[in-house]
Amino acid sequence: MANGPIIEFVDVHKWYGAFHVLRAINLTVGRGERIVVCGPSGSGKSTLIRCVNRLEEHQRGVIRVDGVELTRDLRSVDEVRREVGMVFQSFNLFPHLTVLENCALAPIWVRKTPKREAEELAMQFLTRVKIPEQALKYPGQLSGGQQQRVAIARALCMNPKIMLFDEPTSALDPEMVKEVLDAMTELANEGMTMVVVTHEMGFARNVADRVAFMDEGEIVEINAPNEFFAHPQHERTKAFLSQILR
Amino acid sequence: MAVVAYVRNATGPILPPPLAQRGAIGWLRANLFSSWSSTAVTLLLAAFCLWTLPDLIAWATTRAVWRAPDGALCRAHQDGACWAFIAAKLDYFRYGSFPPTERWRVDVVEGVGAVLIAWLLWPRAPRRGFGALLFFVVYPIVGFVLLRGAVSLRLPLVDTQLWGGIFVSLLTALVGIVFSLPLGVMLALGRRSRLPIVKAASVVFIEGVRGVPFIAVLYMAENMLPLFLPPGWSPDRFIPPLVGAVLFAAAYLAEEVRGGLQTLPRGQYEGAMALGLGYWRLTGLVILPQALTLVIPGLVNNFIGLFKDTTLISSVGMVDFLAAIDNGLKDAAWSGPTLLATGYAFAALFYFVFCYAMSRYSAAIERRLALGRRQ
Repeated sequence: MANGPIIEFVDVHKWYGAFHVLRAINLTVGRGERIVVCGPSGSGKSTLIRCVNRLEEHQRGVIRVDGVELTRDLRSVDEVRREVGMVFQSFNLFPHLTVLENCALAPIWVRKTPKREAEELAMQFLTRVKIPEQALKYPGQLSGGQQQRVAIARALCMNPKIMLFDEPTSALDPEMVKEVLDAMTELANEGMTMVVVTHEMGFARNVADRVAFMDEGEIVEINAPNEFFAHPQHERTKAFLSQILR
Repeated sequence: MAVVAYVRNATGPILPPPLAQRGAIGWLRANLFSSWSSTAVTLLLAAFCLWTLPDLIAWATTRAVWRAPDGALCRAHQDGACWAFIAAKLDYFRYGSFPPTERWRVDVVEGVGAVLIAWLLWPRAPRRGFGALLFFVVYPIVGFVLLRGAVSLRLPLVDTQLWGGIFVSLLTALVGIVFSLPLGVMLALGRRSRLPIVKAASVVFIEGVRGVPFIAVLYMAENMLPLFLPPGWSPDRFIPPLVGAVLFAAAYLAEEVRGGLQTLPRGQYEGAMALGLGYWRLTGLVILPQALTLVIPGLVNNFIGLFKDTTLISSVGMVDFLAAIDNGLKDAAWSGPTLLATGYAFAALFYFVFCYAMSRYSAAIERRLALGRRQ
């Protein structure tokens, strides 16, 4: 188990009603690997990563996370969710709790960490994302970039093996994008397995081990960043990149 | 030609707003006289108040009869309230037929209850968890023993038939409010559940109870409760109205709470799920605190309505506050034309004080919560 791939998609299909949103997805992510998924809107990239922690259910195929297969079994789902952290486009911080409480909540209630230890842990991670002074404020009092960094710290407090990012900078004002990408780059440099859905191609070039292009529910092309950006193979990839990289 | 480029080289001063925009004059301009129609309405209402209020206030204060041994003075002063009647009957209105020597027990229960409630409702009170334990666990037992009596503690038994007046109304409202909220929350969660039996049961309960008037619920509780209990157990006459009040209020609260649950963005559920929180943890820690604060106006609305609806328990034989006043009005020694108005004015004042206090408290809570969630 400690040597196999950490995420495995084997012939995964998903339908929303009659709409075939994920088509024959085959993907393996190794430990410590950084995957960036890009593509036009509606291509299924968010759905793909949401299947990893079962926020979406797949109807056909097998998804394995760290050896555990994702099925209807609630206990295996909870087990997986503890090891997979997720950062959302709309942050999804809990507005009725302070920043510190947001970060300490899951360690206290899921990992049964004592409160003081959990708060120390939370302060550690808040320092890592460079906002320790905001600990006692409420999310509503922070800027978008700060809120997203709190979201990253909150996910890290559970010590996950995988971090999923669903368009983490898409809802941010441009001047705040850099601080979040810096936090994500630091995380990558420390060896975290990351799957990132983003339009930030600079980040993909610098940080990703592989870049995947998705369109209409399929993974059209996946390659190392130099190859991907310099020599895209598929027609659709070329068309997409020509629009994105002006 | 006009100069297009411009660079500011000195910052301007920060000034206060003009005199007509701030202070009392500013408030008057903005709220009462902001436009011609607003001014017209203000003047009309001011005229109406000047026409009606002085008379009403005089009826209640300067022309009222404050002290009298019986109704003769009130019959002589027919243009004022007969507060002497209220003063004379006050003990009956407060305790019903509770034996006079044991009334201290009601006072103790009311006093302790008021202290515990204030403790729980004061946002910055210390050790509220302990207060909650006292209020929800210790207080009901102690209160029940004190009010009902216990031969072993040398407290004479007082049959619930003798209970009446203000303390019955307060007790019914308190039990109704305290027990209906958790039940209402469970029903709301049940209605949103994906398990078909739980969902169907919740829907049937909510729609069934909502489709029936409160009096009918009380009658049904009165007649059907004995069927649900083991044979030989006959419940105290006060239990069916309490159960009826709780079930009735819970059905309405459930829909309020469900509205709040629906309003909450899906992202809150997802954020909590992604952290590995199970259903009950995320519901209790993330969803309910937010959903309940969203619907505080609606919840307090229901509580205020329930507080006044408790008067209907008089139709199943309990002597609540309004029934006590009705009984007092039948006293021949006090009969007179001003008696009815006085009695009901006093009742209205009592209900108004409590309901207004509830609504002010809820406004204060909403303000406080808004500070922490400026989004």
